[in-house]
This record gives sequence, structure tokens and C-alpha cells, in this order.
Amino acid sequence: MTVGSPVNPAPVGDSDLHKLLAGQRLPRWAPLAAAGAGLGLTVLLAAVGAVNGLVGIAVVAAILFTMIQTTWSLAVEGRRHAIDRLATTAVYATFVIAAAPLISLLATVIIKGSKVINSTFLTHSMRNVDPQGPGGGLQHAIVGTFQQVGLATLIGVPLGILAAIYLVEYSGDASSPRLARSIEFVVDVMTGVPSIIIGLFVYSAFILTLGLPRSGFAAAIALAILMIPVVVRSTEEMLRIVPRDLREASLALGIPRWRTITKVVLPTAMAGIITGAMLAIARIAGETAPLLLTTFLTQSFNYNPFKGPQIALPTFIWDQFTSGTQASQDRAWGGALVLIIIVMIFYAGARVVARFAGIKKY
Amino acid sequence: MSTTLEPPGAGMIEPRSIHGQAVRRGDRIFRSASLAAGIVILAIIVSIGIFLIWRAIPSLQANSANFFTSSAWFPDHTPPAFGIAALTFGTLFTAAIAMVLAVPVGIGIALFIAQYADRRLASSLGFVTDLLAAVPSIIFGMWGLSFLTPHMEGVGRWLNDYLGFIPIFRNDLNQYSKSILIAGVVLAIMILPTISALSREVLTQVPSSTIEASLALGATRWEMVRQAMFPFARPGMISASMLGLGRALGETIAVALILSASNDINWHISEPGGNTFAANIALKWNEATPIGLSALIASGLVLFAITLVVNTIARGIITRHAEFREGS
Repeated sequence: MTVGSPVNPAPVGDSDLHKLLAGQRLPRWAPLAAAGAGLGLTVLLAAVGAVNGLVGIAVVAAILFTMIQTTWSLAVEGRRHAIDRLATTAVYATFVIAAAPLISLLATVIIKGSKVINSTFLTHSMRNVDPQGPGGGLQHAIVGTFQQVGLATLIGVPLGILAAIYLVEYSGDASSPRLARSIEFVVDVMTGVPSIIIGLFVYSAFILTLGLPRSGFAAAIALAILMIPVVVRSTEEMLRIVPRDLREASLALGIPRWRTITKVVLPTAMAGIITGAMLAIARIAGETAPLLLTTFLTQSFNYNPFKGPQIALPTFIWDQFTSGTQASQDRAWGGALVLIIIVMIFYAGARVVARFAGIKKY
Repeated sequence: MSTTLEPPGAGMIEPRSIHGQAVRRGDRIFRSASLAAGIVILAIIVSIGIFLIWRAIPSLQANSANFFTSSAWFPDHTPPAFGIAALTFGTLFTAAIAMVLAVPVGIGIALFIAQYADRRLASSLGFVTDLLAAVPSIIFGMWGLSFLTPHMEGVGRWLNDYLGFIPIFRNDLNQYSKSILIAGVVLAIMILPTISALSREVLTQVPSSTIEASLALGATRWEMVRQAMFPFARPGMISASMLGLGRALGETIAVALILSASNDINWHISEPGGNTFAANIALKWNEATPIGLSALIASGLVLFAITLVVNTIARGIITRHAEFREGS
């Protein structure tokens, strides 16, 4: 910090004034030095045998670093700055704590999954394959996932977009603000309803009551219900930022309101709507619980989602993982890698569309 | 959301006849279609409640045990005997462990991205935490079982050795796998993105004038965070935590893979045991008889009610402070 003209006429150097105003501070390299000292001590402890394991070393080093830095700061800078440094360390630590499981999880999936993925695995089903032994593949599950998610998208996305249009374009008409408010509320609450409850609902309403067979289509209904709140929320947000002027200009030209919405408002918001739909797809593609309740599993191809058992990637993983042999667990990890890649493609796609269209959020 | 903001489509009334109907057929159809979509959504939530209650009644009528206080789960016995005491315990306890771990860490991450990290770095860091949200829950379960469980044994032992005088940390079985502690840790990781995303959003909305005023008065960064940012963001952070709680309560597959699914009430968190509503449904579903299905639906109804209450409170807090919205 530099100060132009010292208030005190007595000759005071810059650094003295700094000390006077800000108090004694630690040098810039203090955290590095503390980290070095902490790590050094830990290595020493490890050499003696008091600490072992990579995780143990990291934890002890982090604790020692924090103790050294805080004590040092307490001695030189005082209590307030010591607390501040402690808090900064804690905030940085939370980020490491969050990143560690993500890295470990992705590494586990990639390492274990890539071992089994080959052309056979991707192009075969489990038909006539010994479930205990190696071999077989998951193409039948990929087919199931694409059909179920595709059907869910066909049901959920139009429904969600229409509902969002109602909320943004029509709810302002004097007719029924209360209805719009309750739809808003329900959409909010729906985001938090556990997916297994949706599965229970589809089972008790569509399968038990309406007599729909347990099938890919029943699963698609459950997935569609899970998509709806995500689609409504993102579409609504996008429609709200379409300028009112555009609507007025179109209406002033004598264009009917519904044409205004479909030809002016929706195209303007299209990129955001697509982003929302892709995020919704990424969210449902990995859902397992509702599928377990609404479909029967199979080891063979079934291209008809309306009839017969149909397996999807999440249920394939569940089936293989809980079968318990080494070979089936390997297949489960292979399935996990394929599933994560599919989900990430949709997720990254949503980000790309959003960035491409210059949307700030997602 | 019930902001005072008027929807941009408001007041753009199409030509109407004297009966108040839109003149153009296209307008009528389109308006009815969008209204119908909205009503379908309302109907779904209402019918979830109705159908679950309806399908739960047969088993509840036949039940010979107390539904709320029994821990048994024998819906196929004659007479059926089942209750949700152990399920409620397991669900609440795993969720509580998850909250204890995830709330401070989630808010820390949000703070890191909003305040401590470099601006250019911040958005990609936000992307990384959002990636956690995109990982399917079954993969969390597999990771928790095959990677985390062996690593948590040391933690369990450490808790038993050094904190064993506190009853919940004691481990009398000397077995450390399939415990509600591990399930809680995995749930914590799963709800981190929920908590940090919304917290981050409210923390970045703190007016910079407030932040600068605090710093200009000589506050250290942490004092500024505590005195200027937290009071502003508190409602948002509370509702973020409640949304995370809602997710932890209803998580199914990860918990089903990790827990040993025994219907008992065991306070020792590092010992094998415990079960949750959602995991119990997923695990018992395919071998259940009609009365068993009905019993599972009855337990699902309770879970639905719990999550509905938690989410409604969370949304209520957000709505009262209308400027906060979850960015999903």
C-alpha cells in the first residue's frame, strides 16, 4: 500500500505507516512456508512410522499446515487475521474434499469399465451367455435406454413446454392467477419428489389400475414425469427473457397470438429450451429406481417398448452388479462407463448449446 | 415462484367474441392445449397421493402390527405384520449424517467459487461440481460399495478407538462394511451439488456495495463473509440445505447397494445394518406378493409425505425471498 502524503509531518517511512495502519502482517510467502514445514514434518513422521498411507499423510500434513500457519499468524498478526487464515484454509479444503470423490469415482469407472469394453461388448446382448462367466454385451440395454428415454422425451418435453407457455404467456390473463400459482408451486415441489415414488405411482396408477403391462413404455411414463419439472422450469425461464417488444411487434402486425408464440417467442427462446430438454434427458437417463418398479429385466433384445420385458442401461448395471460374480461385476462397470459417457454427452451438449446461444445460466 | 414480476405475455389479449371466447380457432386450440398441459401437471401430483393411498389401504387394513412403531417387515405372513419404525430411523439417520457432512462442505464450495476462487476459474469450478450432479446414482452406489467401503473401515475403527465413549461411534461387532455411516457419506457426496449450486447462486447475489463497505471498514475477508454475506444469503442457504435433505431422504439405488438392508434400529453408525424407505422398496419389490406390494406402497406414501413437507418448507423459504431461484 502506498500513501501519497503522510498525515503525520514527522518522517515516517512507507512500511512503518503500513504497519501503523494495517498492523504487522505475515509475508506473502508465509502459506507456502507453512505448507513446506507441515509437509516436511509429516514426511519425518512417516519415516519414523507414526503415519502411513497416502490418505493419512495428506490428512496429517493438512492438519500440521493449518496449525503452523494459524499459530504463526496468531503470534504476528493477531487473533482476527489468524481466524481469517483459518477460514480461508477451510474454504479451500472444502473444495478439495468435493473434488476428491469426483476424481476417484470417475477414475474407478474408467479404469474398471475400460477393461471390458470392446466391440463384442458393445454389439451383443446377454442372450445365451453364462451369467456367471465372462462375455456377452449390453447392446440390448442401450436399445432399451434409447427407446425409453426417447419415449419419455416425446411425452415429457412437449407437455413441459406447453405448461411453461401457459405459465408465461397465458397466466397473466385475468382468468385464473391462482391456477397458475398452484402449477408453479407443484412444478417446484415435483423437482423434489423421489424418483422411486414416481415409479410407485406409475405402478399403482397405470399398471395396477389401467392394466398397462410392465414394459419399457411404463418406464417411459415414469421418466417423462421426472423430466417435466426440469423442462418447465428451464423453458419458463427462457420465455420470460424474450423481450415483450417482440411479442407486441408481432401482434401489432395482426398476427394471431398463437402464431406469435409459435413463430416469434418459441424460436427466440429455442436454444434455452433445447438446453433444458438435454439437461432433463441427462437427469433421467441414469435413473434406476423407477425402471426396477415398472419393467421386467431380460437378457435379450426387445425392440418393442410396449410389450414384454425390456432392460435399459441402469437396470443392466443393477442386474449385473447384484449378480455378484467377478465377470458380471466387470460387465456392470463396463455398463457404468457407457452410461456415464451417454449422460455426459447430453450434459456437455446442453452446455455447448447454452454457450453457443449466449445463455448465462447453464 | 410468485414474484411480483408480471409475465411478459400478460395483457396480450386475442380478439374475443361477446361470450369471452377467442375468435380465432388457432388461439382457442393453443390456449386450451397449454392450459391442459398445466392441469395435467397438477393432476399428476394429486393422483400420486390418491393412488398411493388407495393401493396402500388393503395392506394397512390387514396389518396386525402397528404400522408406525413396529420394525418388522413380514407382509406375507398370515396375518401380515409390518411397520416403518426401522425404515424411518434409517432414512432419517442416513440423511442426518449426510446433512452434517454436506452442509458445511457445500456452503464452503459455494463460498470458494463465489468469493475465494479466481473469477475465470470460478465458472469451470462450478461446472466440476455440477458434474457430480450428473453422475447417475447407481454409479455412486457401486463406487461406495467397491471403493469407499474398504477405505471407510479405517475411519470406522478410528471412531471406535478414539471416540468410542460416545455410543453412536462404538462398534461392538468389529465389522465396518454396509453401515449407515458409509451410506451417509455417499449421500453427502450426492447432495453436495444441490446444496452448493443454490448457495453459490445466492452468495453471488450479495450486492458488491455491501461487500466493499464491509472490507472498507477494515473487516478481514472472513469477517466480511460472516457479517455481510451470510446474513444476506442465509434464507437461500437454508432452503438449499433443505432441498439437499429432500434428495437424501428419497435416494434409492445408491443406498440399496450399500446398506445390508436389515430392518433393525441400530444406533452404532459404523456397524452393518439399517434400511431406508426407498432402498426397502427397491430391494423387496420383485419378490413381493400383492399384499407385500401394497405394504411397500404404504411405506412409499410415508416417504412421499415426508419429502413433500421438506420440499414445501424449502420452497416456502425461497418464495418468501423471491429473488432466489434454483438454477436447474
